[in-house]
Amino acid sequence: MKNMPDHRKNAVLDFSCPTPLSSYERILLAHGSGGTMTHRLIRDIFLKAFRNDHLALQHDGAVVGALAGRLAFSTDSYVVHPIIFPGGTIGDLAVNGTVNDLAMCGARPLYLSASFIIEEGLEVSELCAVVDSMRTAAAAAGVTIVTGDTKVVDRGKGDKIFITTSGIGVIPEGITIDPRSARVGDKILVSGTIADHGIAVMSVREGLEFETAIRSDTVPLNGLVEEILKASSDVHVMRDPTRGGLATTLNEIAEQSNVGILIRQNAIPLDPAVSSACEILGFDPLYVANEGKLVAFVAPHDADHVLDAMKRHPFGKNASIIGEVTAESDQGVVMESSVGGRRIVGMLSGEQLPRIC
Amino acid sequence: MRFLDEYRDAKLAAHYAGKIRSIATKPWTIMEICGGQTHSIVKYGIESLLPEGLTLVHGPGCPVCVTPLEMIDRAIAIAERPEVIFTSFGDMLRVPGSKKDLLTVKANGGSVQIVYSPLDAVRLAREFPEKEVVFFAVGFETTAPANAMAIVEARRLRLNNFSVLCSHVIVPPAVEAILSSPEHSIRGLLAAGHVCTVMGYHEYIPIASRYRIPIVVTGFEPVDILQGIFMTVKQLEEERAEVENQYSRAVRQEGNIPAQELMREVFEITDRTWRGIGEIPRSGLRLRESFSDLDAERRFPVADIHSQEPAECVAGMVLRGIKRPYECPAFAVRCTPEHPLGAPMVSSEGSCAAYFQYGRVRHEEHA
Amino acid sequence: MCLAVPGKVIEIDRSKSPVMGKVDFGGVKKTICLEWVPEVEIGAYVIVHVGFAISTLDEQEAAETLKLIGEIKWPSESDEDSKHH
Repeated sequence: MKNMPDHRKNAVLDFSCPTPLSSYERILLAHGSGGTMTHRLIRDIFLKAFRNDHLALQHDGAVVGALAGRLAFSTDSYVVHPIIFPGGTIGDLAVNGTVNDLAMCGARPLYLSASFIIEEGLEVSELCAVVDSMRTAAAAAGVTIVTGDTKVVDRGKGDKIFITTSGIGVIPEGITIDPRSARVGDKILVSGTIADHGIAVMSVREGLEFETAIRSDTVPLNGLVEEILKASSDVHVMRDPTRGGLATTLNEIAEQSNVGILIRQNAIPLDPAVSSACEILGFDPLYVANEGKLVAFVAPHDADHVLDAMKRHPFGKNASIIGEVTAESDQGVVMESSVGGRRIVGMLSGEQLPRIC
Repeated sequence: MRFLDEYRDAKLAAHYAGKIRSIATKPWTIMEICGGQTHSIVKYGIESLLPEGLTLVHGPGCPVCVTPLEMIDRAIAIAERPEVIFTSFGDMLRVPGSKKDLLTVKANGGSVQIVYSPLDAVRLAREFPEKEVVFFAVGFETTAPANAMAIVEARRLRLNNFSVLCSHVIVPPAVEAILSSPEHSIRGLLAAGHVCTVMGYHEYIPIASRYRIPIVVTGFEPVDILQGIFMTVKQLEEERAEVENQYSRAVRQEGNIPAQELMREVFEITDRTWRGIGEIPRSGLRLRESFSDLDAERRFPVADIHSQEPAECVAGMVLRGIKRPYECPAFAVRCTPEHPLGAPMVSSEGSCAAYFQYGRVRHEEHA
Repeated sequence: MCLAVPGKVIEIDRSKSPVMGKVDFGGVKKTICLEWVPEVEIGAYVIVHVGFAISTLDEQEAAETLKLIGEIKWPSESDEDSKHH
C-alpha cells in the first residue's frame, strides 16, 4: 500500500551506502539479468559489504578447504514484513537464523551462503541497509559469507526481498545434541525473555502500530552455546524457538523424544512491555516468535551449573529454569499457570490473530 | 501491569478457591456468559482449582462465534469485490463461511485488512478515496459504541467510500433465551464484565428475579472469576437470587451513559440469528434508517445470499451450555482448529477451541 | 467477548472531536479515544477496548475488592445446619 513509516531510525544501523549505483534509486529487472548491471550490483553492494577472499574470486562455488570432524549443515529462508523493524533487519535474521540452527546442533558455524530474491522496485538504500546488517551480523557471529546468488523478480512477485542462507559448521568431538534425546527428569532452561521479536515486528505492522521500546532479540547464539557445552557434557537437546514460539518448540521436542513436559508460567522470563503488548492484542506470548533465544534440556545434576554459565553470558542474562521432562508423553506439554491451575499447551494450527474477545 | 497483576495473584486465587470449597454443600452449575471469561478460565486452569461438584458451563459470549453464517458469506462476497478494502477485527478472519473464510479471500488476492480499532478503518477510507472501505462491525454492547463512533466520524468527514456490515448482538435476550429453555441446568450466572461496563447491570435485575438465579457481574482475571464464583455460590447456598457486582472497579450500575447514547443514536434493536442457536427476537442491533447510506448490506448486492448451517456442528448446544465440547461426536476428530466445522472451534474464545487447546488435562482426568 | 485492558492516561487532547489521548499500557503507548470518559485526568487509569476508553478504573473500589477478599468470614456452624433441610 502507501509508503511505510520510516522504521529505519528504530533499527540499529550504522551504514553508508557505498554505491555508485546511486544513479539508481531502485532495483530494476535489469539488475538481475546477469549482465553488466548485475555485475555492478554484486560488486558495489554485496562484494563491498562481505569482503573476503572467497567472494573476491567470484567463482561459481567457494572452496573452503578440508574440515576436520562431523559437519552440520543447515538452511533457512527469510520472508519477514516489514524488512526493517525495531532491533534489526531481515538481513540480521538471515545470518543469525542459520548461525543459530548450526549452533543448536552443537556445531561451530563457519561458512554461510546467501541468496537474494529481490522485488523490482526495492529501494537501493533499503537493500544497502539489509546487506550492511548482514555484514555486521556475520562479523559478530564469526562466520564468513562465502558464496551467494541474486535474482530480481517482477514487481508484485516478491515482498521486497526474500533471503535464503545455508551454512556449514563443525561439531566438536564428543558432542551429540539430538531432539530425540530428552530424558525424563531433564531440566528445561530458556536463555531469556520470550516473544520480543514477534511483538517488535507487530508494533510496526499497518493497522496495529503502537509506540514502544521493544526491539527484536535477534542475536547469534553460538557463543552462548559454547559456554553451555563447556559447563556440561550432559546437555541432551537444544533448539532455538522461532516462528510458533516457545510452545511450538517444546511440543516438537516432546513428540520427537516421546516424553511429557511440565513448565511453570511464573518461571518464564517475559519483558513487562512485551507482556502488555500481548495483552492488548490478545496474544499468548508462548506462541509469539523469538529470534535470539534457545531452550536447553539438561541432566538435572548439571542444570544449576549450566544456568550460571548462561547468566554470565550477555545473551543469557535472563536465563531461567522453566520446568522439566516428565513421563506423561500422552499429555504433551502441560503448564502450571501463575495461579496454580494446569492446562495443556498445544500446537497452534495457524498464526495467532489479534482478537476483540 | 497495574490493575492486572493484583488479580492474578496466586495466593488470592488459592484463598478464594478454598473459600468456595468450604461453603459449597451441593453440586452447582454456573454459566459464565463471556468468551473472555471462558478464555481465562481455561488458560489459567481455574476449573482444576474448583471443588468436584461445581460445574462451569460456557455460554454464547463470543460475538465472533455467534455471527450468523449468512453474514460471514455476505462479508466474503463483499471482500472479494476488487474495489473493496475489507477491514475487520483479527479474530473474524478464520471463521468459516459456507465455502471459505476471509483469510482465504486474502490469500486469493482480496484486500482484507486487520484493524485494531474501527477508527483505523475510517482512516483507511480517507487514505484511499478511490477504494470502497467496508468495516465488519461485530461484537456485543462493549464494541457497539466504538463502531457507532466510526460511523458518526465517517458521516462527519463526509466520506462516501465508507460503509459498515453490521452484525451486532446484545446479551440480555440471549440470557433469557438460555434460561427459558427447558434443557438447561444452570443455577447461577457470571455476567460479562465489559458488556456491563458499557451497559450497566440494571437489565439483569428483572432476569434474576424472574428465573430465581443469582447473577454476579464478573471481571476477567483469575481472582475476579474465582471471586465471582464465590459470590454466586454464596448466594446459592443462602438461597438468594440477586444481582451483585464483583467488577466494581470498572462497572457502575448505570454503565457508561455517553457511550449508550451514541449507540442509541446510530443503532436500533432488531431480531438476530445467532449461529448455532437460531433466531432470538430483539437480540441484535442494526443501523438506523438515518444511517442507511452507510449500510454495506444496501450498498452491495448481497441481499440474495442465504445460508444453511451444517448439520453435524452442535455449536448451538455448546453455546447454550447444554453440551460440553468433548461431548460433540466430531470434537477433535472431524472438527479441529485446522478443519473447524463451526465457529466455536475457530475463534480462540470459542469453547471448542479453548477445550481443544487447553482443556484436555481436566476432562481426561474425569474420563 | 471484549478484550479490554487497563492503562494509564498520559496525554489528553480535548481540542479534538472526538476527544483523543495517549494511554500507557505498562510500556506500550497507543492513541486512544477518550470521548466517553470526560472526567478523566492525566494519571488516571482507564479500561480500553478496541481503541476506546469505556470506563475509568476506580482505585478505591479496586482496593475494596482486594481487601474484601481477606475479610470474608467463614460461614459458622449454625449457618451450615440451617441450609440442610
